[in-house]
Formats: sequence, structure tokens, C-alpha cells
Amino acid sequence: MLTANRLRDGDVVYWRAGNWVETFGEGDILAGKPEAEAALEAAHKFVADNVVVNPYLFEVQADGTPVKEREIIRAAGPTVRHDLGKQAHGLTPDGVLRAAAARDVVVVPDRSKERDDDVSV
Amino acid sequence: MYRYDEFDAAFVKERTEQFRYQVERRLKGELTEDQFKPLRLMNGLYLQLHAYMLRIAVPYGTLSAKQLRMLAHIARTYDKGYGHFTTRQNIQFNWPKLKDVPDILADLATVEMHALQTSGNCIRNVTADQFAGATAEEIEDPRPLAEIIRQWSSLHPEFVFLARKFKIAVGATPHDRAALKYHDMAVEIVKNEAGETGYRVLAGGGMGRTPYIAHMMREFVKREDILAYLEAVLRVYNQDSRRDNIHKQRIKILINTIGPEEMRQRVLREFEEIRAAGTLQLPAEELARIAAYFAPPAFETLDDHSPEFEAALQDDDFADWTASNVHRHRAPGYAIATISLKPVGGVPGDCSHVQLDALADLMDRFGMTEIRVSHEQNLVLPHVRKKDLPAVFARLRELGLATANAGLVTDVICCPGLDYCDLANARSIPVAQKIAERFADLDRQHDIGELKIKISGCINACGHHHAGHIGILGVDKKGVEFYQLLLGGSGAEDASIGQIMGPGFGEHEIVDAVERVIDTYLKLRTNGERFLDTYRRVGMEPFKNMAYQEQLYAAH
Amino acid sequence: MPLIKAGTAAADPYAAVADEAPLPEGPTVVSLTRFRKDRDTLLARNTPLGVRLKSDESPEALGEDVARLSLIVLEFPKFRDGRAFSWARMLRTRLRFTGEIRATGDFLYDQLSYMTRVGFDAFEVPETITPELYRRALGEMSNVYQPSADGRKTIRELRAGK
Ligand code: SF4
Repeated sequence: MLTANRLRDGDVVYWRAGNWVETFGEGDILAGKPEAEAALEAAHKFVADNVVVNPYLFEVQADGTPVKEREIIRAAGPTVRHDLGKQAHGLTPDGVLRAAAARDVVVVPDRSKERDDDVSV
Repeated sequence: MYRYDEFDAAFVKERTEQFRYQVERRLKGELTEDQFKPLRLMNGLYLQLHAYMLRIAVPYGTLSAKQLRMLAHIARTYDKGYGHFTTRQNIQFNWPKLKDVPDILADLATVEMHALQTSGNCIRNVTADQFAGATAEEIEDPRPLAEIIRQWSSLHPEFVFLARKFKIAVGATPHDRAALKYHDMAVEIVKNEAGETGYRVLAGGGMGRTPYIAHMMREFVKREDILAYLEAVLRVYNQDSRRDNIHKQRIKILINTIGPEEMRQRVLREFEEIRAAGTLQLPAEELARIAAYFAPPAFETLDDHSPEFEAALQDDDFADWTASNVHRHRAPGYAIATISLKPVGGVPGDCSHVQLDALADLMDRFGMTEIRVSHEQNLVLPHVRKKDLPAVFARLRELGLATANAGLVTDVICCPGLDYCDLANARSIPVAQKIAERFADLDRQHDIGELKIKISGCINACGHHHAGHIGILGVDKKGVEFYQLLLGGSGAEDASIGQIMGPGFGEHEIVDAVERVIDTYLKLRTNGERFLDTYRRVGMEPFKNMAYQEQLYAAH
Repeated sequence: MPLIKAGTAAADPYAAVADEAPLPEGPTVVSLTRFRKDRDTLLARNTPLGVRLKSDESPEALGEDVARLSLIVLEFPKFRDGRAFSWARMLRTRLRFTGEIRATGDFLYDQLSYMTRVGFDAFEVPETITPELYRRALGEMSNVYQPSADGRKTIRELRAGK
């Protein structure tokens, strides 16, 4: 899927048929790589027009829930405050809410993926 | 506390309009996001996971009741009813809209507040001991100097586009509550052999991907020379720091590359030139003028024994709270009270608009003019009459703000993590919450004693995990959260960098691992030893052996 | 690129010369590399001379020759690279350079007042930055807290009524 933040208010938005929607569940699942890249290309027009910032693609599983925890939380809201974010406005599909509630995977540990400390407190 | 004069007031007002113009140009498309980003960051405005986030400066952690009410108003009007106090004594709002930010700043300006330089590659909001002016230990109140630094660093024309961010803290006590040695630069107020008060300057400390303890730059800088010296350090940094690799651009890297002695020499050269020019010399009258704003309230002459207070100690809850959250004050009959923002089940550092308003009322009711924010994400009432403590406690309890855990295992420092932060690898708040639940029993907490747990959701270390007696670092493994455990860090006067224990733990293992580590401490400790002391005596091995018990590995 | 000098639009008398190109008549600006190579010839010419410095080249590299130059151009490879703020300040306060300090490269409207404070007096600007806008930028903040190369009175001095 393709996502971005809206410039004016910062809200998370998803790509649907050449425009943006606020609800994860209404976003297009871009099946193939060419389709995804074409959408990202098209999204840059909205960047140039100062509608959205930072568009990027992310992966979803066959059941439509995001692969990464990060995207589950973006689609739902903070996991520690269910009264905030999209989940509070009925904008999060049940499947994603269940995924948010039930992440419990144990895999082999890894060294930290090092990131830039550009935005630390 | 400091009050703006006409110049400060005009400055903040004009600065608000300057930022309004920047936002307007961004919305019209005259500034691209790449151009706007450093400008908005310099004003504390981030784009986070869900929305924008605005970080408001609380210089050296001091707030008035009026300012608390304004923060409550902002939380209600422009945000979602709460704010989050950070490890740099600031407050963040998580849901502002870009178009509203100039209005928020205009509201803040009416109570002498701003968001200037709370982010970006510039000199950040200066921090200080939250017990300043109230503790008997200090040589003098560090805040007048911090205020002088705040003014000097505000829109400093030479230093607003540094290679990276630059954080300064000021301390004045042997017991360091401001994590001085983890700052880019720190000023310690000291006395020399002749008994004169002056400043010791450290530089090059920091957390993040390469943690360092700060080096001594100069043992004693005379009062009138301090701004000249700070400017000299900044100048060397701005001129000589690398600019080709974002991970190697902090001053800690420069100092550890060229060596502290070479750094001292380069700084000395600049220092002597600036001092000779004379324009940054700090006249004694100016220091005295600023210091006068921070004169302590007129303390009543009270007996240090308060019958009301002592009678109230019969109540176990009050006694527990007193044991952990109340500290000795410099004036007889007074105390310093820490308001924990770490209730079991809460989000560390969060405070609702209702609580903010109610705290302002409480301050008015008991004649308190100031409240403080600590880097441990708590609030502090610096001057409370002991006889008022029972009533203050009762009111705090009604507000859900009387958790008796300051400095204890559930007083966890915790960054926003993946619940809010765009850079996060893992959530940190749920881990803090689970630790709080696991150790909720107060007797157990008081038995464990002083134990600082600090959690960061990524290597950037906003949750100070390197400086935790027990540190927890969130990492990402193919989109799944994992946690590394670090032991033996300290951000106090005995600063040390925590060591990574070994392979990380899954979300559902980490709290068990922490508990095993603590149980190991309880078995090994000798009389009076804190967790940190025991760790320093016995080393990592015994803790490691216990933490990685077989069942933890069953899944691998 | 338009040039703003001392707050107004100005013509640029200097010819920029590539490192290998022959020297033209009249005022000339060269890189530090070229200056080092042809120093004696360049200084012997009886015409205004400028040197262009990259953001990692300290003006101290020019040594005593600074006094014989009439222009120093400081490059901003990216607007976020703030080293030139220190170089300009150094030129004015340490090296006592009184000629033109010109900014070139990538910088923003929002940096013009800081640049002016540290000693820049000329700017190679994009068309979007007019002299009116330049003056607007300088007027955004009426007073300043720090002394700098512009010699402006600081708020502390104003408070003390000096
Ligand atoms: S430590 Fe990382 S996850 Fe936590 S607030 Fe800082 S940048 Fe975000």
C-alpha cells in the first residue's frame, strides 16, 4: 500500500485510486511492483502541490494487515491509548485492530538496526 | 522565577510572527519540505508517526501556575487533552495541526513561553537541576546562569546551523540530578581554592549510537568569562566538526577524534580572543540582576519539626510517599515534594489538561509560585511547608498524582517509542507499563530501593537507556519488536555507560528478564547496596546467567 | 544570478575565473587553489581581486594576504551547512577584513539576517529574493541577544541604557 502524511494537519493518509483517504481499510492494495511504483510516482505530484509529505510504500499480508508493527500502529493509533488516533474514530478495520492487540512473535534476536539520531528528545 | 522584560517579550512575539510567515510560505508552496524541515525543527515541530508533534521549551524546568494553565489550555484547544513531559524538561503535544502552530505559539508568548530551539541543529533548550534553589547541597542556584545561556543562545546568528544538535545543562550540587556528563556541554558551578565561585566546563558527552561521558574542558572559568568560554567551544565545534556523515557530527565525535587536549587548545585560542574583544564579558551587575529574579520566596521561620506532618506519618500511604517522594529542603520546616507522573497503568510523563489545571490550583492554594519538571519526567513542588504536606498529598491522591515511587523501580524513564515516534524500532511505553504492573507492590519497591530503569524505543536513546541502572533498548527484527538489556549505567555524578547483556528478548520475555535481574540483585546485595553498587561489585556474569534461563530460550 | 549588496540590487563587476582559464582584465575572483598557485601574479595585478572559499576552507588559509583582497566569496553547498557563518565572523573580527563578503550557493531567505549579522554584505540570490524581501528579512527581529560582527547593540546593552 501507499501512505503519506497530509501537510496541513499531519494526518496519516492512504492512496486510493489516484487520491488520498484517511481510512486504512479504504486504501488500495497495490498488487504488483509496477503498480506500486506507478502509484508512488503519481503521488509525487501531490508532494509538489504541497498536499502531502513523505509518501512511501509498505507491505501488507494476504489478510490485508500490514507486515510491520509500525504500519499497524499508524493505521490504528497508539496501542497505549485506544481513545486516540484512527481507532478512536472508527477508521481502523477490525483485522488491523486484532493485529495490533495480538502481536506476539518470538524470533531470533538481532543486533540493533542502527538509525540516525536526528529526532531524539 | 525569571520574568520577561519588554525586550524578551518583544523578541518572543516577533519570533512567533517569523515562524508564522514560515508556515504560510510552506502552505503556499514557497518553501519545500526539505527547506521547511530545519526551520520547523528549530521551532520544536516534528512530523511523527500519526501527526505533527510540538515540543515546547520549559527552560531549566521551571513553570508558574499561570504557565501550567496555559499548557492545559493548549492541550484542550489545539490538541487531545494531554501533554507529555520529556527527559529534557520540555513538554510535547502529540496532535497539533501545522496550520494551528503559529496560534499556539502566540498563546504561549502571552505567558512568556516559546518552542524556540527545542529541536534542530542548534543550541537546545538549557536544562538544570529540578531541585535548584530548594536543596541545601547547592553552591548557588544554577538557573540564573541557565537563563543567561538561554538568552545568549536564542537565535545566535553563528550557531543556528550547526553540524548537529547541541545540548547544554547546568548543575550546582555534588549530587548530579541533571545528567551533566551526558551532555554536549555542561557547566558545573564550583568554588576554587580561593573560595571564589566560578564554573567548571565539560564537553563531549552524549548518548545515541556512540555514548560518551563528557571530558573536562576547563577546571575553573571565572564568572565574567563564562559566555566567552561557551562561545569558544561552540565556535570550534561549528568550524571543525565533520559534515559528511550525520552519525559523526556531534561534538563528542570531534573531541574523541582529535583528543580532549587538542580540543582544549583549540578552545583556548578562541577563548582568549573573545575575552580580549570584551563584548561577551558578563558584568557582575547583569548576573546579579538576573539572579535577583530567582531569589527564593520569603521562607517563613518555621520549626523543622512539624506536628501536623509527624502525626500524618501514622498513615502508611503518606509515610510511603514521604519516604520516596519527599526530599530535604534548605529551609527548616520546608520540604521538596516530587509528583510522580508514573502511576501504575499510566504513560510515563503524560499529564492531562485536568491535572495541569488542578496542579495550578493546588499551587495557588498553598502559595507556591513555582513547579519544576525533572529530566526523569516527573514534576516537583520545590518549596512546600512540611505542615502542608498531608493536605498536598491528599489532593495529589485525588488527582492520581500521588504514586509513591520516585527513584524506585517503577519510576521508569521512557521515550514515546513506536506508539508515537517516527524513528522508533519498538514500543517502549507498554514495556514500562508492564514493569510497573509487575512491581506494583509498594513494599517490594521500597525493599528493592533506588533503581533507575530507562527505556528507549531505538538507538537514539531519548529514554537514556545507556544511563539506566537497567537500560532497555528497543530494536527491530523484521518488523517485530525486540529488546536489549543493558546493565550498570548511571547518569548521575558517578556516570557510567551501561553494558549490553547479550542477545535481546521478545516483547513477552523482557519483563521476566528484568525481574530475574532484580531477583539476582536481591540475593547478592550486601547491606545498604543499591542495585548499581552490587552490579559494580559482582559484574555482569551472575545477572546474565539468571536472565538467560533455559525457558527463555525455549522458543529459539 | 542577481546580486544584493548593502541592501540593494547591484551589478557584479567581478569575473569568475575557472582554475585553468586565462585571467581576464579587470576585477577577478578565483578559487583558493588558483590563488595558491598564481598568488604572486594575481597580487601583482593592479585590479580588485576576490577569492572564493568552499565551506571547509577556513579563511585563515589566506594568511596575511587577506588584507590584499577586496572580495571573499563564501560558498554554501547546502543551506544546512553553517560553517560559513563562523568564517564570515572570523573574517570580520579576527582577520579584520573590511572588503566585501559575499554569499553564494544554497541559502534561504530565512538565513539572511543571521548572515548579515556575522558579516556578509553581499548575496548572490535567486530571482525570488528581491531587495525588498531582503530588507523584510532583516526587519523580522528588532533586537538581538548576542554581540556579533555587525556591532549591533545587544539587548543587554539596551537594558543597561548604553
Ligand atoms: S529513542 Fe528513538 S523511539 Fe524513542 S523517542 Fe527517541 S527517536 Fe523515538
